[in-house]
Amino acid sequence: MTDPAASRHPAAPVLSVEHLTTTFGNAAAVDDVSFEIAEGETLGLVGESGSGKSMTALSIMRLVQAPGRIAGGRVLYRDRDLLQLSEDEMRAVRGAEISLIFQEPATALNPVFTIGDQIAEALIVHGRASKHDARTQAVDLLRSVRIPNPESRIAGYPHQLSGGQRQRAMIAIALACRPSVVIADEPTTALDVTIQAEILDLLREMKSAFNLSLLLITHDLGVIAGTADRVAVMREGRLVEIGPVRQIFHRPQHAYTRELLAAIPGPSPKLPVPGHAAR
Amino acid sequence: MPLVEVDHLVKQYARITAVDEVSFAIEEGETFGLVGESGSGKTTTGRCILRLLEPTSGCVRFRGENIFEFGASRLRRMRREMQIVFQDPYASLNPRMRARQIVEEPLVVHRLGWGAERRERVVELFRLVGLDPSHLDRYPDAFSGGQRQRIGLARALALEPSFLVLDEPVSALDMSVQSQVVALLADLQARLKLTYLFISHDLRLVEHVCSRVAVMYFGKIVEVGPTASIFASPQHPYTRALLSAIPVPDPDAKRERIVLHAADVNRTAELREISGGHWAAV
Repeated sequence: MTDPAASRHPAAPVLSVEHLTTTFGNAAAVDDVSFEIAEGETLGLVGESGSGKSMTALSIMRLVQAPGRIAGGRVLYRDRDLLQLSEDEMRAVRGAEISLIFQEPATALNPVFTIGDQIAEALIVHGRASKHDARTQAVDLLRSVRIPNPESRIAGYPHQLSGGQRQRAMIAIALACRPSVVIADEPTTALDVTIQAEILDLLREMKSAFNLSLLLITHDLGVIAGTADRVAVMREGRLVEIGPVRQIFHRPQHAYTRELLAAIPGPSPKLPVPGHAAR
Repeated sequence: MPLVEVDHLVKQYARITAVDEVSFAIEEGETFGLVGESGSGKTTTGRCILRLLEPTSGCVRFRGENIFEFGASRLRRMRREMQIVFQDPYASLNPRMRARQIVEEPLVVHRLGWGAERRERVVELFRLVGLDPSHLDRYPDAFSGGQRQRIGLARALALEPSFLVLDEPVSALDMSVQSQVVALLADLQARLKLTYLFISHDLRLVEHVCSRVAVMYFGKIVEVGPTASIFASPQHPYTRALLSAIPVPDPDAKRERIVLHAADVNRTAELREISGGHWAAV
């Protein structure tokens, strides 16, 4: 039995990746990967380091650096193949239609510009606001991601924010141009567990407020379980399993998915405790 | 007598109190967990226990003796008994040394054994941590993250210590590799009668491996006790918030996150016993 709502084949996917292959010399970092993301859906992409998750994200955004290159496949965004666009056309897509949130906001943000400048830049580059309006919009965005005192924070530099606030600012930048798709690559991995929970709450909230389609890349199955509608599992560049979140957790089909689930620390005999009865 | 006793330990940096009147005792053979978020003081506490840092006040007793009163030669003997495994297996191994030299170095420093004897000991240590001795002449970059952490462990075990401080020993590793290293740690503990101080921010892992756990918050221990008791009935508001934030790997799990409000925490409360060995500052 599968949950009909979750397994439903998305009627009109916003993003459709077909047979995507990205190679480094003879090695395929992304090997014939296909998946779709529907409007308002969260697809979790899980796998261990080196499995090709981040390279899939970079391939969708066409940010693969040489010697890596996209060797084949299609990335359809609203029926346009992003791999066929000119570099200028692609620049208009990045940030405006599809945006990317990175793991480490401390390195993804530019240390010499204020938070306000970095949000305004996204708005101005994509022609969404004049210089004057950009400031007001930046304050609104910071408020919507719940950064306290946005009017003064806007003049602050990244190092003046805590790790959690930097990730909030990063999310504000990603959402500035109202994209339809957000790719979040390990957005909470560098954060403490209580801050991680706040950022995940914020992502879920922003997803419904902006009707986003979210590609959430993580190695943490706990994060996936509470956030994703469907889950894709990657190993050595290949997609080994994809399905509704309940099916992946309760009835995993692929041996590797079962291995990943088994590796989560869970209830099992504890080490002996001197002076305490064995549990 | 506990193996390690931490007694009113304080470490101040300028006006910041990183470790604030911390006391706990670790029994021989147990795995004692120290949890908290970045900046809570857990790593500083670990370093003071090994006397890698001198505390501002307070003391640490190892087998009943205050380690801060040790002279140079007694300190040297103590170091053979207490070792540390670091978080980052990439940064904690010298990239210009072969695995063999890394594992042998503590024996050289402590002038233990000679040529053939040492070489044999290194092979034995390599096997002990589940590495292939035919890889002894490789450099760290030829090993995976999990294998490097095993090399770090072999180095820590070279002097036959009785106590290991494990500072986030698996945080940098993939999940499936984490579980292998955790299994190795449990196996070594049983075979070599080791006592562990397990420092971690990962509560799922701590619940799995530790017999008792102490929760640190702004340099203070706010709750300490048997792991099962703390996870089943956390008493301090911070512990409750921390436990409720753990992502549960079950799509059907009920998620009721408890948010910590500054007003919930009574900063002046002393630890008091709630039930058998379970103490909380409430």
